[in-house]
Amino acid sequence: MTGSLERVYRGAAAAGGPLLFLERTRRVALGEWVIVRMKGQADRRGQVIDAGEHATVVQLLDETVGLAPDRAEITLTGEVATTVVGQELLGRAFDGHGASADGLPAPIGEAVRTINGAAINPVRRARPLDFIETGVSAIDAMNTLVRGQKLPVFSGPGLPGLELAARIVEWSRAPRGEPFAVVFAAVGITARESREFVDRLRASGAMSRTVLYLNEAAHPAVERLLAPRLALTCAEFLAFERGIHVLVVIADMTHYCEALREIATAREEIPGRRGYPGYMYTDLASIYERAGIIRGRAGSITQIPILTMPDDDMTHPIPDLTGYITEGQIVLSRELHRRGISPPIDVLPSLSRLMSGGIGKGRTRAEHREWSDQLYATYARGREARTMAAIVGASGLPPADQRALKFADAFEENFIAQPGGRRTIDETFAAGWSLLAQLPRDDLLRISDATWQAHAALSTAPSAVAVPP
Amino acid sequence: MSDETPRIRRVAGSLVEVSPLRAALYELALVGDQKMLGEVIRQRGDLATLQVYEETTGLCVGEPVEVMGATLTAQLGPGLLGSVLDGIGRPLERVAEATGDFIAPGARADTLAADARWHFTATRSAGERVSGGDVLGTIEERPGMLHRVLVPPLVSGLLATLTSGEFTVTDPIGALADGTPLFLSHRWPVRTARPVLERLGSSRPFVTGQRVFDLFFPVAEGGNAIVPGGFGTGKTIIEQSLAKFAEADIVVYVGCGERGNEMTDVLTEFPALVDPRTGRPVMDRAVLIVNTSNMPVAAREASIYLGITVAEYFRDQGNRVALMIDSTSRWAEALREMAARLQEMPGEEGYPTYLANRLGQFFERSGRSKLLGSPAREGAVTIIGAISPPGGDFSEPVTQAALRVAGAMWALDAQLAHQRHYPAVDWETSFSLYAEQVAPWFTEHGGACWTALRQELMALLQKERELRDIASLVGPDALEDHDHLVIEAAAIVREVVLRQNAYHPHDAISSPQKTHALAAAALELLHKGEAQLSAGSPFSSIDLVPARRALMAMRDGETP
Ligand SMILES: Nc1ncnc2c1ncn2[C@@H]1O[C@H](COP(=O)(O)OP(=O)(O)OP(=O)(O)O)[C@@H](O)[C@H]1O
Ligand SMILES: [Mg+2]
Repeated sequence: MTGSLERVYRGAAAAGGPLLFLERTRRVALGEWVIVRMKGQADRRGQVIDAGEHATVVQLLDETVGLAPDRAEITLTGEVATTVVGQELLGRAFDGHGASADGLPAPIGEAVRTINGAAINPVRRARPLDFIETGVSAIDAMNTLVRGQKLPVFSGPGLPGLELAARIVEWSRAPRGEPFAVVFAAVGITARESREFVDRLRASGAMSRTVLYLNEAAHPAVERLLAPRLALTCAEFLAFERGIHVLVVIADMTHYCEALREIATAREEIPGRRGYPGYMYTDLASIYERAGIIRGRAGSITQIPILTMPDDDMTHPIPDLTGYITEGQIVLSRELHRRGISPPIDVLPSLSRLMSGGIGKGRTRAEHREWSDQLYATYARGREARTMAAIVGASGLPPADQRALKFADAFEENFIAQPGGRRTIDETFAAGWSLLAQLPRDDLLRISDATWQAHAALSTAPSAVAVPP
Repeated sequence: MSDETPRIRRVAGSLVEVSPLRAALYELALVGDQKMLGEVIRQRGDLATLQVYEETTGLCVGEPVEVMGATLTAQLGPGLLGSVLDGIGRPLERVAEATGDFIAPGARADTLAADARWHFTATRSAGERVSGGDVLGTIEERPGMLHRVLVPPLVSGLLATLTSGEFTVTDPIGALADGTPLFLSHRWPVRTARPVLERLGSSRPFVTGQRVFDLFFPVAEGGNAIVPGGFGTGKTIIEQSLAKFAEADIVVYVGCGERGNEMTDVLTEFPALVDPRTGRPVMDRAVLIVNTSNMPVAAREASIYLGITVAEYFRDQGNRVALMIDSTSRWAEALREMAARLQEMPGEEGYPTYLANRLGQFFERSGRSKLLGSPAREGAVTIIGAISPPGGDFSEPVTQAALRVAGAMWALDAQLAHQRHYPAVDWETSFSLYAEQVAPWFTEHGGACWTALRQELMALLQKERELRDIASLVGPDALEDHDHLVIEAAAIVREVVLRQNAYHPHDAISSPQKTHALAAAALELLHKGEAQLSAGSPFSSIDLVPARRALMAMRDGETP
């Protein structure tokens, strides 16, 4: 940006919703940071979203109740939005625009960075291949998470999406025990939800390795557009300049999208599907794509965004556009939740697209792919049989379908559900094999003879499975 | 500074208004102090509206703009193969050298390396008359791989000089009598189709190596197919599998508005994978154009035009070229974002009213053709375009517009993908208009029963669907023994013929012969069962498991 000088204007032409309209400004820049002052009121912050010689539009991040455009004093700061980053942010809490929220003084930090980030040059990316053991069987076995992946949780109203994220944060083990950190952005969630999440971090001792950015439900709505970007800017510094493996959790992207829609409506833009703006895909990509690994740099960013599917509808634009950008999704099921299966992960619509690179010999186990395919296939058949049984009765099903149905029940209760807490990858394999072992060989066509024989040899060797190495 | 300098008056997203400026539509300009590349897309009085190909955050009202007098062109010549370009043709490696691991605005880099030297062997000589498309000579770009150096399409005249030797792409290799210099490379405007002598029909298929496409929904060489499907249904895996295994001399792969990590997959896999037909890495026959979802939208819009122009250039040398677009929808959305910022009257779902026209014009650049110039030769560009319909609903404008021009549709179904039936091609809604014209080729090269197998398999799957519908209404008890056999046989067909595991070392590619053999073997299973039934054995006495496992072994076996 050129001419980065502060300019002060008295009075704006108009205000409406979260927008402020200025006339005849000099040398405004797109994205320029703006401060709006009014006597007797707290300063408001904003960003230029349309820079013009004659008319400029500022998007305000704070509430506009009481804002009188003609009496406001508007400062164009000559800079785009920035934030302080550094290792000393670990253990700290900030609000949704990066001000200290834990009573401690503002950090000095190691650097100041613009919050919009820049695209990682695709030729400089390294391929994500390192298996993260989350301790959640439904993920480790069938939707494996790897370092540098963006894997969202598709939750529904009242479903424990954030709780699953908390569990992953608590339970995850780095592949080789390297340093790792958590950056959490609360975006429009309730103070209770955010407190519960933070309490769990604290209880698990992870707080000293965590940075919090908290924009809660009571905080300004437009600020929701900022919080994830602050979190990712902080994460990028820790990952790519300090060599730390960072797990970024953002909850809830649904609130983010609603803030985006609010701005679009205020600007009287032509709405896209269900009123969300046509550029929402591009906008969401500017957040989700800030995950990955860079060649020659030690750290990584793994992203777990949480979103709430309105009406549990996966075709709603928010989950839909997210799914089009992320590398898979973990889908929660209301039915499993109702039946007390925890975590209530429905593995059928769930997917990890980076799984193939992270599993197999030398990473998890040689047979991981076929074993996981078999669990999936048999469970899918069992679920289909369950639907069928509702019509014709379980006894009307062919014997193989009856077996699959029994398998599906056991799979949900003894594999998906984890009342006993965290499972190591070996325990997950043991649990999966013990379910498969109850089926005749002919039901297990995905398992090769070699794997079958190797497994049979293993399981007859005393306690080889019960006590994993 | 004089008032005549064109200056930025407004910045809104990737659009910039500039005055006083009178420019030609699509003329390029250098925008702002950082000299970002932009393109004029509207001119009214002395106010020009430009789209900027780089990140505009921080761009300031009042900064100067300079027009360049040319439109966006592709630099075409030796050195393209194996390169990775952004949407406007900058090699991403060179951008990284300039701006580091993160892309920053203002990097300038030519597509072709200026310092690379190529050994050129002239095949024409001074005194001869040449015209557009004539082969002037060749370069052995890689061992055994000839790059033909062409007279640019609209150039002709008497050849005054032409020399063999070592040249860079900017050294003149000769000249026409009127003084026009000739080079190893030339530029071509990306939004203009490169001319051909004559468009041809095609009886030869674009052999994909994927059973469900080759057998059920084939594409002719020079044809096009669209691949619509919701997220995670397997579009990218299909595009990548075809890029790796389909029978093409050259592959141009455009990652248009998609993921960064997917390009990393391609960049690690292609150099390591050997093309069995040439014995060289797949990367040696590929050009990658990458404008990920978080890279500037205007460059995303341009990326598919750069892709097709590069594809046409290789076609003009006499190659069979495959152009993969992942995803056409992201291009359409870029168009929509631009139209909205221009406040154009929106059509359906906010897309500009000219969406269908633009899409049609683009797909029409595919084709098999007799090429300009001598020696006489033919070439083809086949386009495979992924489409990402919102909510997986095909009634949306981009899918519908593409359907009007598509020769084949491979419709991907979320239900099948959730069953991990990949490629998740819905055999009921997919179609191919090429099936008949390429059938003779497949009969000759795949196997004698190609068409019969295709028809019988389709009928079997159709029958299975009907029986399953009945069973789900009244229960499996209502089915006869023969019905049960049909259901089992269809399940086996789905398992061993239609499904194809892209991650399996042997199953990832299937030659027409293997496809034919598997299809025939699966049907034989049905016929044997039918014989047993008519000999009086009950269905419950027929054990299909061993045969099924034998077929799976055949599918996963080593012969491609
Ligand atoms: N032929 C195949 N063999 C095995 N697995 C497959 C195949 N096709 C797809 N898959 C699985 O499906 C996942 C999603 O496929 P892909 O990334 O191609 O989807 P997509 O349609 O491109 O989605 P998006 O629109 O979100 O980009 C893959 O990561 C892989 O796990
Ligand atoms: Mg894809």
